[in-house]
Amino acid sequence: MTTPLSAPKSPAESPAESPLRPVRLPRRWLLLASALLVGVVVVGMAVGPAGVPLSGIVVEIVNYLPGVDLDGGLSDLESAVLWELRAPRIVLGLLVGGMLALAGAGYQGVFRNPLADPYLLGVAAGAGLGATLAIVTTADRLLLPIAAFVGACVGVAATYGLGRSAGGRSSDSLILAGVAVAAFLTAIQTYVNQRHSDSLREVYGWILGRLLTAGWGDVVMVLPYIAVAAAVILAHRRLLDVMSVGHAEAGGLGVPAARVRLVVVLAATLGTAAAVAVSGLIGFVGIVVPHLVRMLAGTSYRIVLPLAAIVGAAFLVGADLIARTIVAPGELPVGVVTAFVGAPFFTLVLRTSRGPA
Amino acid sequence: MSGLVASRVGIDLLGRTVIDDVSVTVPAGGWLTLVGPNGAGKSTLLRIFAGGVAHRGRVDFDGVRLAGLGSRERARTVAVVPQEPARPSGMTVLDYVLLGRTPYVPYLGIESAADVAIVGELLEVLDLRPLASRSVTSLSSGEFQRVVLGRALAQQAPLLLLDEPTTALDLGHAQHVLELVDELRVARELTVVSALHDLTFAGQFADRIAMLVDGAVAAEGVASDVLTEELIATHYGARVRVVADTDRGVVVVPVRDRARQEASP
Repeated sequence: MTTPLSAPKSPAESPAESPLRPVRLPRRWLLLASALLVGVVVVGMAVGPAGVPLSGIVVEIVNYLPGVDLDGGLSDLESAVLWELRAPRIVLGLLVGGMLALAGAGYQGVFRNPLADPYLLGVAAGAGLGATLAIVTTADRLLLPIAAFVGACVGVAATYGLGRSAGGRSSDSLILAGVAVAAFLTAIQTYVNQRHSDSLREVYGWILGRLLTAGWGDVVMVLPYIAVAAAVILAHRRLLDVMSVGHAEAGGLGVPAARVRLVVVLAATLGTAAAVAVSGLIGFVGIVVPHLVRMLAGTSYRIVLPLAAIVGAAFLVGADLIARTIVAPGELPVGVVTAFVGAPFFTLVLRTSRGPA
Repeated sequence: MSGLVASRVGIDLLGRTVIDDVSVTVPAGGWLTLVGPNGAGKSTLLRIFAGGVAHRGRVDFDGVRLAGLGSRERARTVAVVPQEPARPSGMTVLDYVLLGRTPYVPYLGIESAADVAIVGELLEVLDLRPLASRSVTSLSSGEFQRVVLGRALAQQAPLLLLDEPTTALDLGHAQHVLELVDELRVARELTVVSALHDLTFAGQFADRIAMLVDGAVAAEGVASDVLTEELIATHYGARVRVVADTDRGVVVVPVRDRARQEASP
C-alpha cells in the first residue's frame, strides 16, 4: 500500500483504536424526549376548567398499573372529567402530533427536501377537501378518514406530477407545485362550503384544526390507520438514510428507490389523512418537529423518525394545552397555536437550509 | 466467458441516439478505460453497464445478464463510483461507507456486526480509519473520493465502475486514487471500467482503452494504438504530442498551434 498523499489534517481525530459505532438513537435524547412527553401529558391531565386535584390524578393514573388499587379521593364527576374528557383529547393529540411529525419527516426523506411537509405538499388540502365532501354529502362520520385519504392521495399525486413536469426534480418546483395544488384544492373546498352553508359551521370549526370534540370514538377511529402508517415509516429508517444520497445512487446500492418512495409516501399520506380527518388542519407540526430534532440530535433517520414521533406528540399536546387555557374559558383552535409557533420557525428553516437535506 | 461482455449495446435518450451499437469486452481482472470528447456517451455507457437503465443489446458479467438481476443482486455484482456523488449532511464517514453494505442488509433491517467489521477493515485499507467519525461534508475532495471508493468496495462487487473519478482532484490526489484502484483491482481481483477525461492518466493506468465518439467506438485497443496523435486530432480537434512511456503506456501532451501562437500579440 502506498503512503496516502492526503494525510488527515486535523490532529484532533479520534484515535484509531476507538470502536466503530454506526449511527443510532442517542439514549439521552430518547430519555429527554420521553420525559418531555410524560411531563406534558401530566400537565395536560391536570389543567382544565374543572379543578381536579393533582394528587388524585396521579393516583388515578397509577391505578392503571397492574396490581395497584388505591383510592385517590376523586368524585365520580372528577373521574369522568379526567377519563372521558381530558384523557381522550390528550391521547388524540399524541396520535395526531406524532403522526404529523413522522409524516413530515418521511416526506422530507423520500423527496430529499427539507421543506416537504403534509401541508406544503397539498396533502392536507386534499384531505381537507375529501373530508369536506364527506361532511356535506353524508352523515356517516366513519367515512371521513377514507374520504380524507382519497383526497390526500389526489393532492400529493397532483403536486408530484406538477412539480416534475414543471421543473424536473428540483426541490423548489416541488414546493411551488404544492402551494399551487393546495390553493386550488382549498378553492374547491371553499366553493363546496358556500354551496352547503348549512354545514358551514361544522366544516369551518374543523378546518381550523381542533381536538375539542375528541372522544374515545375519534381515538378508536384513527388508531388503526396511524398505527399502520407509523410502523411502515419507522421501518424504513435505514432505507431513508440510503435515499439521502439520491435515487440514482440509492438504486446502485440495491435499493428499489421508486418502490421505497411510493410506500413511504402512501404511508405518510394515509397517516396524515387519518390525522386530518379527526383533527382538521393543524399545520407546521410536520416541519417544525423533524427540523428541531435534526438540529439537536442528528440527521440520520434512525434518530429523526423515533424522536420526531415522540416530540411531535408532546408538541401537539402542549399546543393544545395552550389553546384551551390562554383565552379561558374560551378556546383557540390548536392549529392557530401551531401556526403561531411554526411560521417563524419555518422562516428559520428557509434561512438555514440550502439545497436538499 | 468471464468478465464483462457488452454486445451491440444502444440507448436513445430524449429522442437522440446516445449510445449506438457498442460492443466491448473486459476480461475478469482487467481494466478498460473509456475516453472520448465531451458528450460522447462515456457516462451513459457506464450507466448501462451499471444495469439500472433499459437499453438495446445485452450486457453480461461472468455469464450473467445484468438486466435480469434484481436490484440487490445487481448491487452485489456491480459497484459504481459516481461522477458527482451526493454528500448527505451530517453523515459520518463510517455510516457513509456502511451504505455500501445495503445489498447485504435485510430489506427493513439495519447493519450487523459483520457489516461493521467489513467496513472497518476497508477503512484501514483506504487509510480512512482516523476519519471514521468525521462528517462527509467536512472532508476535502481527495478524502471524500477515497470514502466513495470505500462505499463501492463495501458492496464486494467483482465489477467496479468509475465515472471520472479524478475530475475534482488535483494531480497528486488523482494519481493516488488511480494507484489505489489499481492495487485494489489486483488484490481483490476486480474488473474495472472507468471513464477518464485525462488522456495521460488513461494511457498510464488502463490495460485497454476504448475511444467513444458520438456514442460509437471509434478505436479500441492498448494505449499506444488508441491514443495516437492522428486519432486525437480527428476526434477531439486537439493538437497533441504522444510520448511513449516504455513500461507504463503513453503520455499525451497538448501543444499549441504554432501559427496561432505567432499571430497572438
